[in-house]
Amino acid sequence: MATLSVCQPQYGGFSFENCKRNALLESEITKLGCSVPAARKTGTTICGVVFKDGVVLGADTRATEGMIVADKNCSKIHFISPNIYCCGAGTAADTEMTTQLISSNLELHSLSTGRLPRVATANRMLKQMLFRYQGYIGAALVLGGVDCNGPHLYSIYPHGSTDKLPYVTMGSGSLAAMAVFEDRYVPNMEVEDAKQLVRDAIAAGIFNDLGSGSNIDLCVITKDKLDYLRPHDEANKKGVRTGNYKYKRGTTGVLTKSVTPLDLEVVEETVQTMDTS
Amino acid sequence: MAAVSAMGVSQHLSSCNNLVPEWTSQEVSTGTTIMAVEYDGGVVIGADSRTTTGAYIANRVTDKLTPIHDRIFCCRSGSAADTQAIADAVTYQLGFHSIELDEPPLVQTAANLFKDMCYRYREELMAGIIVAGWDKRRGGQVYTVPVGGMLSRQPVSVGGSGSTYIYGYVDSNYRTGMSKEECLRFAAGALSLAMERDGSSGGVVRLAVINEEGVERQCILGNQLPKFSTV
Repeated sequence: MATLSVCQPQYGGFSFENCKRNALLESEITKLGCSVPAARKTGTTICGVVFKDGVVLGADTRATEGMIVADKNCSKIHFISPNIYCCGAGTAADTEMTTQLISSNLELHSLSTGRLPRVATANRMLKQMLFRYQGYIGAALVLGGVDCNGPHLYSIYPHGSTDKLPYVTMGSGSLAAMAVFEDRYVPNMEVEDAKQLVRDAIAAGIFNDLGSGSNIDLCVITKDKLDYLRPHDEANKKGVRTGNYKYKRGTTGVLTKSVTPLDLEVVEETVQTMDTS
Repeated sequence: MAAVSAMGVSQHLSSCNNLVPEWTSQEVSTGTTIMAVEYDGGVVIGADSRTTTGAYIANRVTDKLTPIHDRIFCCRSGSAADTQAIADAVTYQLGFHSIELDEPPLVQTAANLFKDMCYRYREELMAGIIVAGWDKRRGGQVYTVPVGGMLSRQPVSVGGSGSTYIYGYVDSNYRTGMSKEECLRFAAGALSLAMERDGSSGGVVRLAVINEEGVERQCILGNQLPKFSTV
């Protein structure tokens, strides 16, 4: 926002500070015979695009727990209502619970009004809840759907601000995905072009962002139908081992065999009753 | 703006994990340039279109000129979430008030509703708002409600992080009794200069004219902006 003063360190861009240290460490570690630890992975790539007849939402499928991939094929596109779906980035529990809460409230609202729910209603409910929690609920969402007023797409940030746009990306891979959108988006695309564009945007996130990976899920929403394509593209299939590494019994010859019985004496005997009633 | 930079530093320290990019944890802000000018018969309001999360531009075509009522708009600067929430709340309150009155609300009423909310929750909010519109009693009016919750009526008002760069231009070029077209050129010129110099302002220039007849909206794209230097 305000301009940085000269004495403050730069926050943006790549910091080359640790490269010399890393090179030194790597040489030291390989001398000892160990390997350098692998990079940590966190994050997500989710995006959405409005095309001629509706919206296409896309997401990767990697869920991480610190350094470990907790789920290689998790579902990040959540159901809100039959005509509205929501992709979630950020804290997995927050996105899951928030979308479920709003989905439930929206169903009650829809029964009360007697009408198909509108995307703007879901947007209002989500932003008001997230604002109430002042950003402590870490849910960054891409909300898309088709209602009586046509196709709509919103991006919702954890603090409760929303933007209504023709194409949006969120998550750690959002910059890579946005680069693809900014290059190739045109208004009023056909459905196949839109699907290909979203697939390419998520792929850019998967292959260029350490935090996103595995497969690409798509959700195509139009006035008449809904296609939940999971998986749409298995971009990262697990490799198949080329050889068999099991050894038959008798591969290693036995030279001598000696058996030593261990003398154990009972020192203490206790009985713990188990309540099985 | 000192409070703003302090907030920026504390958010940086909290995200100690270097592998998650900073802008994923920073609040979305409309570091911005907004302005409003009165003329005889109405007001001209304008804003840039950039919303940032840290150094990333989250939305490059934002509409910061938000309708509060048929002839009353507000220009939003500061935290995007805070200003959107305040604007939604005031829109509801003003709509209700107008139905009770059975006549269009006064711009002063809208400005006071903004002031009440911004002052009461001044510790929790980061919002700089300019309220502008036309009503039958006093014609075109501009009220400014900066961070902290002050309320002041002014013939010209600028706000946002980019406003600091154009105080000189505004003070020297504003005259009373300008026509609608002169006001539009004045606003477009001021916003272009601010967008040129302020990193947090950019995109397109959105203008709106509010008078008795209604609201006319305009959008000036980057290549059509008035140029002040040949460099």
